[in-house]
Amino acid sequence: MNTLPEVAPLAVRHLSVAYDDKPVLWDLSWACPAGALVAIVGPNGAGKSTLIKASLGLVPRLSGDVRIFGQDLAAARRRVGYLPQRASVDWDFPITALQVVSMGRYPRVGWLRPLPRAERERARAALDEVGMADFAGRQIGQLSGGQQQRVFLARALALEADLYLMDEPFAGVDAATERAIVDVLQRLVQEGRTVVAVHHDLATAPQYFQHVLLLNVRAIAAGPMETTFTPENLGRAYGGRLSLLEQAVAAANRDGGRVA
Amino acid sequence: MIGADFLNALLFSSGYNATVVALGCAAFGLSAGAIGCFVLLRGRALISDAAAHATLPGVAGAFILAASFGWNARALGLLLAGAGLTAALAVGVVTLLGRGGRIRDDAAMALVLSIGYGIGVVLFSIVQSLPVGGQAGLQGFILGQAAGMSAADATLIAALALFSLLMLALLFKPLTALCFDAEFAAATGLPVKLLDALLMALMLAVAVSGLRAVGLILVVGLMVIPAVTARLLTDRLVTMVPIAAAAGAVSAWVGTAISAASPKLPTGATIALTACALFILALLLAPRRGAIAFAYRQARLSLVIARDHALRAMVEATERGAAPRDWPGLAAEAGWSRLQRLVLPSWFLSAGWVASGPVLALLPRGRALAEDVTRRHRLWEHYMQSAGGLPPQEAHRAADQVEHALPPDVVRDAEAWLRSHDPARLPPGAALPPPGETPSRGADR
Repeated sequence: MNTLPEVAPLAVRHLSVAYDDKPVLWDLSWACPAGALVAIVGPNGAGKSTLIKASLGLVPRLSGDVRIFGQDLAAARRRVGYLPQRASVDWDFPITALQVVSMGRYPRVGWLRPLPRAERERARAALDEVGMADFAGRQIGQLSGGQQQRVFLARALALEADLYLMDEPFAGVDAATERAIVDVLQRLVQEGRTVVAVHHDLATAPQYFQHVLLLNVRAIAAGPMETTFTPENLGRAYGGRLSLLEQAVAAANRDGGRVA
Repeated sequence: MIGADFLNALLFSSGYNATVVALGCAAFGLSAGAIGCFVLLRGRALISDAAAHATLPGVAGAFILAASFGWNARALGLLLAGAGLTAALAVGVVTLLGRGGRIRDDAAMALVLSIGYGIGVVLFSIVQSLPVGGQAGLQGFILGQAAGMSAADATLIAALALFSLLMLALLFKPLTALCFDAEFAAATGLPVKLLDALLMALMLAVAVSGLRAVGLILVVGLMVIPAVTARLLTDRLVTMVPIAAAAGAVSAWVGTAISAASPKLPTGATIALTACALFILALLLAPRRGAIAFAYRQARLSLVIARDHALRAMVEATERGAAPRDWPGLAAEAGWSRLQRLVLPSWFLSAGWVASGPVLALLPRGRALAEDVTRRHRLWEHYMQSAGGLPPQEAHRAADQVEHALPPDVVRDAEAWLRSHDPARLPPGAALPPPGETPSRGADR
């Protein structure tokens, strides 16, 4: 994977998206670094999820273009993996954890054929990797929120993509699941893959991610975490209304509690 | 008389034509149940109902067209083609109206349903005034009338239904992905718009094939009811679809037989009511989701809780050196309800937990269980005090609330946590003393 030329896994140029006439993303140009853990950070309504969806062609864009490893989305489809928000599906759906993860294999083997045994084993291995092997036959509604998120992550892993676009992978999960997800993401990056994730928790962002895109309809700042994730930039992204003190206090409390 | 007719129809011994009709209706029920699962899971039940009602102008329009050109106005194929055309139009209009949020989806569906049905009724009155025969047969499209069907009609219906079923089997996995998570499916490159259109097309084909048997008003029922019935019985789509298909086929077949025995009843009603009967059976008897199983689990849990309270009270009485209780005393201390006072003593005696007598003494089996119950309660109390930082009273109440529902591995986790974080609370040996500042029993109540 390291033999690939250094093309940005994801590059958007002059991307604009609007719902009705309300702009959600405005003239965004950004190139995502390769082989890194990248956070997209910004306030609610900043267009973070929209950036991911527009990159995957899930929402229509007003203007601009998206390149995945220098190619059109259609040509690079196999190299991108998507992790949607957990709340976006009906968890009462009559399907097992393993069957959900198997959906990550169908794009490779074809949707109209039965899944070969070897492919089923790969789906099982993906479940194992997120610590959910024992729950393979469980209906997904019987899983806890954290377990459901792990199943979603396993389905993304089963895609064996080079670029992962994840929409709030840490939303509403327990501390153990958060740790497990971080481990998986770090392993992905060690293998030379790129992970771009919408992230809400300002306290853990610098801890988990190496790069950041600060977004508020427009790109506010992008770059390595140490130089970009500064109070000034955060203040600009959050429109100055962010009380950093409040965030810092919340973070301190959380870290204190996490010793348990 | 009716009984004999019904049995004959059910057992295919009412002659060739009736047998073919029953099989045709059953084939429709089979595919309606199967496609219904996907219609339901994709949230398309209401739009299907709108489409079904919008078949009426198609049927009437096709009849008028045929009559004015001098074709055979009763040809089923022609009428169904008209029905399919206006129903597809209705689906298209609902989709367009709902797009961009100009009109809410449910409003759009209600609108299209009423307009479609209204136009159909107007066209029907024109049909009645036409100087050709055969108008009477059209009434069967509204509420279903299998009795007048020819073997050729039934064969056409069966062919349409079975073709849809075949397509469904072929598209099973992409449709599953679409219904579960359309965005993920789209991100992997599945053509979700095309799949949605195909699902609607299959739904239309099945709905149209069912017009003659169940009629346009109840056709959506035979998609929804078997699917809901099957969902009660299983947690897997791969089993839900065959169960729904079987329920649909049985409903259609039995309903047709009932209607054959009493031809005044519209077939749509008898089929839909048979499907409802199956649904009610499943609602009551389903092993996990059924009402009876649910009530049983609730009752059992409340009995187990009452039992555990009593056993713990007995252990604690022994620890305090208090005098043994009689049944009323124990019931009062453990807070048993009137029903529990009736049931629990015989359970205690038959399980061999206590010896019968004027005062209650724990037998060895009962003592082992009681000590285990007490240990679990105290373990959780310790855990809530130590890890949760709860004051003793609240820890006691919290333990009371959850201890009966705790899976064994959680209890083990709590014990392991205590062992590593607060070992002073876990002395060697199996028995566990009450937590430090034990809430005093007297003040507790």
